Amino acid sequence: MSNSVLAAIIAEHAGREGPLLPILHDVQAEFGCVSPEAEAQIAAALNLSRAEVHGVVSFYHDYTPTAEGRPVVQVCRAEACKARGVESLMPSAMAAAGDRVKLHTVYCLGLCATGPNARVGDRLHSRLDAPALAKIIENA
Amino acid sequence: MGYEPQKDFGTPASRSSDMVTLTIDGRDVTVPAGTSVMRAAAEAGGEIPKLCATDNVKAFGSCRLCLVEVEGMRGTPASCTTPVMPGMKVKTQTPKLDKLRRGVMELYISDHPLDCLTCSANNDCELQDQAANVGLRDVRYGYEGANHLGKAKDESNPYFAFDSSKCIVCSRCVRACDEVQGTFALTVDGRGFASVISAGQKEDNFLGSECVSCGACVQACPTAALNEKSVIEIGKPERSVLTTCAYCGVGCTFRAEMRGEQLVRMIPNKDGKANHGHSCVKGRFAWGYANHADRILKPMIREKIDQPWREVSWDEAIGFAAAKIQAIKAESGPRALGGITSSRCTNEETFLVQKLIRAGFGANNVDTCARVCHSPTGFGLSNAFGTSAGTQDFDSVEDVDVFIVIGANPTDAHPVFGSRMKQRLRQGAKMIVIDPRKIDLVKSAHIQADHHLPLQPGTNVAVLTSLAHVIVTEGLADEAFIRERCDWDEYQDWARFVSDAKHSPEFLEPVTKVPAQTVREAARLYATGGNGAIYYGLGVTEHSQGSSTVMAIANLAMCTGNIGRRGVGVNPLRGQNNVQGACDMGSFPHELSGYRHISNADARALFEADWGVTLDAEPGLRIPNMLDAALDGSFRAIYIQGEDILQSDPDTHHVAAGLAAMDCVIVHDLFLNETANYAHVFLPGSTFLEKDGTFTNAERRIQPVQQVMEPANGYADWQITQMLANAIGCDWNYGHPSEILAEIARLTPTFSGVTWERVVSGEPLQWPVNEKAPQGSPIMHVDGFVRGKGKFMVTEYVPTDERTGPRFPLLLTTGRILSQYNVGAQTRRTGNQVWHDEDILEMHPTDAENRGLKTGDFARLASRSGETTLRVLVTEKVAPGVVYTTFHHPSTQANVVTTDNSDWATNCPEYKVTAVQVTPSNGPSEWQTEYADLTAMARRIETMEPAE
Repeated sequence: MSNSVLAAIIAEHAGREGPLLPILHDVQAEFGCVSPEAEAQIAAALNLSRAEVHGVVSFYHDYTPTAEGRPVVQVCRAEACKARGVESLMPSAMAAAGDRVKLHTVYCLGLCATGPNARVGDRLHSRLDAPALAKIIENA
Repeated sequence: MGYEPQKDFGTPASRSSDMVTLTIDGRDVTVPAGTSVMRAAAEAGGEIPKLCATDNVKAFGSCRLCLVEVEGMRGTPASCTTPVMPGMKVKTQTPKLDKLRRGVMELYISDHPLDCLTCSANNDCELQDQAANVGLRDVRYGYEGANHLGKAKDESNPYFAFDSSKCIVCSRCVRACDEVQGTFALTVDGRGFASVISAGQKEDNFLGSECVSCGACVQACPTAALNEKSVIEIGKPERSVLTTCAYCGVGCTFRAEMRGEQLVRMIPNKDGKANHGHSCVKGRFAWGYANHADRILKPMIREKIDQPWREVSWDEAIGFAAAKIQAIKAESGPRALGGITSSRCTNEETFLVQKLIRAGFGANNVDTCARVCHSPTGFGLSNAFGTSAGTQDFDSVEDVDVFIVIGANPTDAHPVFGSRMKQRLRQGAKMIVIDPRKIDLVKSAHIQADHHLPLQPGTNVAVLTSLAHVIVTEGLADEAFIRERCDWDEYQDWARFVSDAKHSPEFLEPVTKVPAQTVREAARLYATGGNGAIYYGLGVTEHSQGSSTVMAIANLAMCTGNIGRRGVGVNPLRGQNNVQGACDMGSFPHELSGYRHISNADARALFEADWGVTLDAEPGLRIPNMLDAALDGSFRAIYIQGEDILQSDPDTHHVAAGLAAMDCVIVHDLFLNETANYAHVFLPGSTFLEKDGTFTNAERRIQPVQQVMEPANGYADWQITQMLANAIGCDWNYGHPSEILAEIARLTPTFSGVTWERVVSGEPLQWPVNEKAPQGSPIMHVDGFVRGKGKFMVTEYVPTDERTGPRFPLLLTTGRILSQYNVGAQTRRTGNQVWHDEDILEMHPTDAENRGLKTGDFARLASRSGETTLRVLVTEKVAPGVVYTTFHHPSTQANVVTTDNSDWATNCPEYKVTAVQVTPSNGPSEWQTEYADLTAMARRIETMEPAE
């Protein structure tokens, strides 16, 4: 059955060129996920097939099929951050996270000169050392 | 011919007329501008290795196997995405390319099962071929790393399996689904190494997805990832035979791929002029009925219809039938005899049946199923233009700017043409849909009609006249065209008529329920939007004003100048494979082949001289009149070839009573159909796979049907008709259908240039094919109308007698669904049942709620004629006040409900409008119970005593 909050999000983007990604961003922000039902409703509204919407959703890691109940901390472990020592921070970060926080490895947050980097929500944290990262995780 | 897949040129052909010359491997090659280097090489006879390219979808450039070197160009561009340039020097085979290709291939194979010998695509696999072509000898990476080999198979579709472990994610299937079929049911799930092909969403399988099982993906797949189950079961075909599909009027040609006498698969013919290599679920896959256990293979007779059937020899059955026919003829005269030709059979067979009735029986009581579908098309278009057929070829769709689709649902009923329409719509053509339902052309993936006119069933004429009103009163008519091509006085009369305020959209809105503004905008778009083409179906013809609607369509096309060139025209979408042919062949009681009236002494003389008989100059009875005459005792025997009138014709009770009143009903069919419940003689028929002949599709194209296997029943249908004819004293000696075709050509001016040799050689032959048009006529009325001046006809809207009222407040309209075909005799005996195994009643949520009905509930559907029960689907596809169902299943028999109202000119029944009431129900109707009992009784076959 159609969801009215979702319908409102879709309506907000009605008429703009290439509305799919902005809609998916808002849906992910609103519901914490893009569920299969949401994919179907978006497809119907945009005259796309369910498969097409699913193809886009599954392509991007930032869209998830189910909502993550725990706080999420993204830690960059790509080349530059590795070179600046992110791997040595991981054991303490994992210990700090435990089961309460989801540590999500990402590959590049676009701040290569100032790594190691992490991200919580829309907030970026740079030049991390072990205590700083643990603190971010504890506060997440 | 041996088994040789059709050549794949890698990328689609360019339509440019500018030619470009380049050099490929030292040879000069000249091709149209816009051609890819890959295709240019292929056209010159070469072959550049490729995996992700195939010539019915656009170049993609992902597999990196088709790399070439071009002098003066950096790197190694992909030949599929590189267009030819004048003077370009291309090398397709160099040590550098060898190394690159081998490296790419090595990566593919490192994640592919090495089970070639036991693989269903063994020896028919592009991956295998390309590994051989690039000289792959070793895979240095080993096979131990991460791979996709353990992926589960998806076998949910009845006809093909998806084995992800064999998939190379080339996206050919996804692109074929998008670009060719236009369903967009497939996608690539995930990214990078995790990419897999997925039907629909994560939790879907092929069956649960939006997939319509057209087979385009299976055909596009270069490996065994998507493979026909029949190939998995049987093995690779060893030969192929060109033939034509026996389902709808699109007339797709196929290569029937055989192993011995076993049909392995049907592959759509890339050179098919109607389908260009595409297919739908019916033609591609639903041929299993040919071997179904229900098929009757031995002739059967009985004295009375309450007796069980007795299996007898062909001689005895034919003798029994002939004796009855002759006895009735002696007692009651030839006019007590008649027959029905089949739109499912070949032109040659149809011609023979009408010849048997006219020359053998001695009466003109011959009719065909077009009576109940497109007879108004014949009447309307021959009056307006002078020919009773569509004006265009299907390829004309490529130049359409504005479509009007009225009373047709091409994506379900003519799927291959529906896909071509969708291709054109995605290129930017505009769409006006006039239909009570929100069909897929109104809204579906990448499709959005510009205007939908959801009219009240039965108001076609009112809507079309109001469109004409807008065109004429707003000065949008094409006066120059009308003055040149049409009768100006008639036009002025008509223009005065449509200009009357009572034909304005505003005045008619309460009747049609279409907002006046929508009508005005649609009319302006059609009149001024460039090439306007009207495509219509049975939603136009099957009304009490069917013929008037066809004339109104012709008026619209003429007044806007949309006739006589590509991209325009009036196009009936014909329902059956050979309904055009059956009409052409003289199946109507008043017409000889080529639409010459039976009262025309010259035409009659031609036949009389050839056949050595005297023909009755009076038109004979139409189907409904035969049934009426049976009830008053004056019509006593009927020969029905390949048509199930009990299920397909309206007002089932009346049909049943008429058949029951006859003394001799001969049914010639594949199955004991519903009509056979009332038959005395059953002659087993042959399928289209078991005989030679020709079918004529909706664009007047005469195409070959070729035998791929021996008739399981012993004889082709034309042979059976000949045996019956000879048993009643004719002296026919046809040895092959080509001789019948020669007789047709000899006696029919529009067919005079048609020969069997031309047909089987695949020549495009669209009638007329004669001295004036030796190569046939793709587009009609190019330099002027066949009748001389185009005729405008006044079409006064007369509401049908079938009105809603307190007892029957809803309007029922009927139609088809993609997976089933007509009465379902074939499709119900195939895997297609998985999609639609019962008729469903579509109902608007408001109407459903008022009656306490939910999706899945049983409901009683009652009209003044009768009642039945079926399940409900609550949907906004239908407007409030309208309900819709299909007529595919004999257990429902939707035609128990339809009435005996019919078109004023042609008796075409009014299937599309019946006032009904729908109420909750918990069981089958009285008729359904009685009929189920009757069927069980009527289908008994006596068990034979073992021979002494």
